[in-house]
Amino acid sequence: MSANVNTSLPLEYQTEQSRMNILGFWIFLGAEIVLFATLFSVYGVLYKNYAGGPTHQDIFMMKEVMIQTVLLLTSSFTMGVAIWEMRRNNKKGLIGWFILTLLLGAGFLFMEINEFIHYIHEGATMQTSAFLSSLFVLLGTHGAHVTFGIFWATMVIIQIAKRGLTPVTARKTFIIGLYWHFLDVVWIFIFTFVYLKGMVL
Amino acid sequence: MEKSTERFPLTHVFGFVLSLVLTFVAAWVALEMNLSFTIVMWIIGTLAVIQAGLQLFMFMHMTEGEDGKVNIINIAFMVFCAVVIVVGSIWVLTSGHAAH
Repeated sequence: MSANVNTSLPLEYQTEQSRMNILGFWIFLGAEIVLFATLFSVYGVLYKNYAGGPTHQDIFMMKEVMIQTVLLLTSSFTMGVAIWEMRRNNKKGLIGWFILTLLLGAGFLFMEINEFIHYIHEGATMQTSAFLSSLFVLLGTHGAHVTFGIFWATMVIIQIAKRGLTPVTARKTFIIGLYWHFLDVVWIFIFTFVYLKGMVL
Repeated sequence: MEKSTERFPLTHVFGFVLSLVLTFVAAWVALEMNLSFTIVMWIIGTLAVIQAGLQLFMFMHMTEGEDGKVNIINIAFMVFCAVVIVVGSIWVLTSGHAAH
């Protein structure tokens, strides 16, 4: 593993092991695409089964959804800048942008939880209709991924702070970066095919 | 795949501005314009795919490295699977078979 160090590459790609880990993570993301595809197809089949309960227009709050979207888009951008700083070998810049990313992610999560509480107060629970069951499962799976990502990234930040930028910490940072951008990609489709579609029905 | 040498993350800022524009155009088309459902879905669906591609290529560096081609083939195949799952399920389960 250490025999294969190529220092002309960015830190996260320098060892064979790291290149394999990054490739492996891309394959995992491929599986995640299919996981979310199954949830989107359930929602796509059941989205009009209101069972006498509230409809899209009754519960969706578009202003809050726009704010959530901008928070997550911005966090994807700050994550990109964090990786860019890592490739300039700027540890302080990396940690700063990384923490900002997580704060934006936490803001997104806070708003999503408030959105769920609002739905439940409106009488729109997971048990109300097939539309709401599939909606909560789709949004909840995405939100659970964001939550998990925040814990994971916090541990990576602690490791960078303790051990500095090494081929191992750089690779871990790059991989959580891929994960974070992926969550933004999923949100783009939720925003389009759940919220906007629900509003034009 | 390069070590960053420039002093300002220009591609990232460009990608960020573009993704904000795409988001707000999609919201405007869906919420403010009076188009038919089918036309709105085609427009905002296309905008979503463009924006996802933007993330993959500009932020995730999908094509870089010796495994860049493998990444593209892998993601393209999984997107194909995703489309089959989503479109196939909706087609089979909503095209009137339930009536029998």
